Amino acid sequence: MSSGGAGGAGPGSTSSGGGTATAVEDLRLEIPVQRPRRVENFVALCFAVSVLATIGLAIIYSLGGQTQAEGALLGVGLAGIGIGVAAWGKYLMPQGPFREDRHELPTTEEDKEAFGAAFSRGAVAVERRGFLGKLLGAAITVFSIVGIFPFIRSLYNPRPGNALDFTQFRPGSRLVRIDGNPVMADDVDVGGVLTVFPEGHEGDAVSQTLLIRASSVPITTLPGRETWSPHGYLAYSKLCTHAGCPVSLYQQQVQQLLCPCHQSVFTILNGARPIFGPAPRLIPQLPIMDNGDGFLRAQSDYQEPVGPGYWERNTSTTLNPPKNKAAG
Amino acid sequence: MKSRDKPRPSVEDRTIELARWVDDRFGVARFGKTTLNKIFPDHWSFLLGEIAMYSFVILIITGIFLTLFFVPSTHEVVYNGSYVPLRGQRVSEAYQSTVDLSLNVRAGLVMRQMHHWAADIFAAAVVVHLCRIFFTGAFRRPRELNYMIGLTMLILVIVNGFIGYSLPDDQISGAGLRIAFSIFLSIPIIGTWGAFLLWGGNFPGNGDIIPRFYSLHILIIPAVIAGLLAAHLGIMWHQKHTDFPGKEKTNRTVVGSSFWPTYVAKTTGYFFIIFAGLALLGGLFQINPIWLYGSYEPFKVSYAVQPDWYMGWLDGALRIMPAWETQFASRYLISAPFYPAVILPGLTFGILYAWPFIEARFRPEDKTQEHHLLDRPRDRPVRTGLGVGVLTFYVMLFFASSTDVLANTLKVSLNGVLWTFRIGTPTIPIVVGLATYQICKELSRAPSAGLRKRSNVVVRSPDGGYTTVPADIHPGDDVREPPPEELPEEAVRRGGGRGPEGGEEEVGVGADRSEATGVTPPRRFGGLLRPRHRPAGSS
Ligand code: FES
Repeated sequence: MSSGGAGGAGPGSTSSGGGTATAVEDLRLEIPVQRPRRVENFVALCFAVSVLATIGLAIIYSLGGQTQAEGALLGVGLAGIGIGVAAWGKYLMPQGPFREDRHELPTTEEDKEAFGAAFSRGAVAVERRGFLGKLLGAAITVFSIVGIFPFIRSLYNPRPGNALDFTQFRPGSRLVRIDGNPVMADDVDVGGVLTVFPEGHEGDAVSQTLLIRASSVPITTLPGRETWSPHGYLAYSKLCTHAGCPVSLYQQQVQQLLCPCHQSVFTILNGARPIFGPAPRLIPQLPIMDNGDGFLRAQSDYQEPVGPGYWERNTSTTLNPPKNKAAG
Repeated sequence: MKSRDKPRPSVEDRTIELARWVDDRFGVARFGKTTLNKIFPDHWSFLLGEIAMYSFVILIITGIFLTLFFVPSTHEVVYNGSYVPLRGQRVSEAYQSTVDLSLNVRAGLVMRQMHHWAADIFAAAVVVHLCRIFFTGAFRRPRELNYMIGLTMLILVIVNGFIGYSLPDDQISGAGLRIAFSIFLSIPIIGTWGAFLLWGGNFPGNGDIIPRFYSLHILIIPAVIAGLLAAHLGIMWHQKHTDFPGKEKTNRTVVGSSFWPTYVAKTTGYFFIIFAGLALLGGLFQINPIWLYGSYEPFKVSYAVQPDWYMGWLDGALRIMPAWETQFASRYLISAPFYPAVILPGLTFGILYAWPFIEARFRPEDKTQEHHLLDRPRDRPVRTGLGVGVLTFYVMLFFASSTDVLANTLKVSLNGVLWTFRIGTPTIPIVVGLATYQICKELSRAPSAGLRKRSNVVVRSPDGGYTTVPADIHPGDDVREPPPEELPEEAVRRGGGRGPEGGEEEVGVGADRSEATGVTPPRRFGGLLRPRHRPAGSS
């Protein structure tokens, strides 16, 4: 039973008697340091530093705050508590090692039987009324389908439709800058680039087009595109065919475009063919024209979907462009 | 006997009184006793899970602060705040409120940066924790399900990290969203539909994506993580912690320090230390200064587009993947991002989920046996070799996400870097895996490898000869670790009893000895803790 001196020991686990005694009978209940005083001092210091740092934090904060000082003082304040408490636990509390038996996770066979039996009571009850069970299943299935319908339907708006197949360029759309100013044929010097949009859709994420003045004379990038580059202007979709990042790093000396996201490189003189990196397709080129009034205009929309691939991307049939709603 | 004449009862008595009060109302004495007595094994690697958990707690604390100021809206406004370079620009409310809470709200930037760092540390701790679990075989029966819960949390952490990264609507996170949209698009059959559903139309959508991400980020996903975390801990608690094999450690016992008060003190300390570390990171190391990037405009170029580190492997895979696209009957297309950004993560997590069952197929004894003792990685050369190989693969992918940075810093051509990675990523892991396998084999052949290192002491005998004897590990080692000896069964069962007079029941300890030496025996914490052995002197 109890030993006589127990009541006289210091409170709780920090019994200083345990530290000095070497002949105590159970060393696992002893704290693991020889000189607990030192640890006590250290822990006390930690807590004191924490208090000071946190007061400092309060002062900094009330004076208006300063990010680095706040972080440093908060860090020191918390570290003081943390290191102090951890050291207290590690050096001034018994470390054991103690041992605990693991309980068998599986219980007895009888228990398992009883559990299974109780469980099967329900299964049997359902099985007896098999018809009702099936009907209930049907009811729940129908309910779930109909139940998620409004949820999906209200999210599912607008539907994809053929939104990915077209941009906002229409035959005759003027090319405009982000601020809406139309681009004139002599606005860009050879070697210059400009991001343009169809008039009325400035900033449109899908229609964004990179206008490059690659030369002063028309360039034929691919057969059939003889008329697409008046005054040496080439217009390519700005959407990378890989994952849709804006391709606009134009390297004039090598006549290449670089995509910033995964470094696909396209050569602009032969239809923006990818020569490097993960982009799988040529960047669609916009056929442009100069009607003689000096404005650069789109001859039509892009001839194929711009941007990254998608499941319904179709290469066989001719696309039916939507009705012309373009301004200008 | 305890002296009763003191006016104020001792701490011990008051505590016991409290325990009685609680038990009278809830009947939890038995549960409480086992809980406080629970043994936690000690090993530095068991701290990894704690780092993850505490990062999560700090994410919630700092996150709550951020919700007080963040406005989840893509509505455009003209910036008029204190950051001069942005004045007059059209920005989204999400962006504006993030800039404001960073620059104008007191302690706002510390909180935001702590939040960001905590997310990075959280993901890192989970990944390293997963490696520990994998290489030591802690996923084996009976812990397969808990392992799968952990994996699910890893996925959620990555997803929620990405979503949170996207919320400020800055130029860089917007580029990330653009890529995410394209990845959705690449999924066959349902991809287009899914992307339009989530974004509310073709990219950049109708402005719904930020509010939707917001409720996912601050409510739905954290709630799921919290639920899974509770299950994860509950199962761990019930099944008890694993431990490395070692002296006196068997499959049927847990050896370590007790939950109360030692483990509680240490783990509370660790919580504050992790909190402190994150505060220092958040205060002193700038992360994601979005006011420099500007509000997202889909047509603006974004430089150095690099995601947070835990998305790096996906970004790397997107970069080094050959430009493959598959067109079906010229009607349908499987586009380029599908393989690196959908198939690869699918396979990664699919195999990880299946791993405990795959391994059990090859080791049928694992199916019938409970495993509580961990493997040392070297003792499982095949698993370790495979694991290290696969890990190398992901490390390669991670570095591949900085092909441009590498090319710039090393002054080599981007082409060279890309091809190095294209060739190296599938081959180097095989070499590394095989080498690991071989090293494990060699190590397990060396009988002394892995034992605690002992220095040798050279002793000169009186006749002038020299002999080498192994030194003690610690001075007084044999005193501290007496040879194992079971307690009598009865003493074990009784441990924790306390006499009606409040006397202490000594467990397997000769009280006479301490009286004889005149030394006060250390307290037994209400007699709840049971020593591992009978002490050397009393048997
Ligand atoms: S988006 Fe252009 S290379 Fe990936």
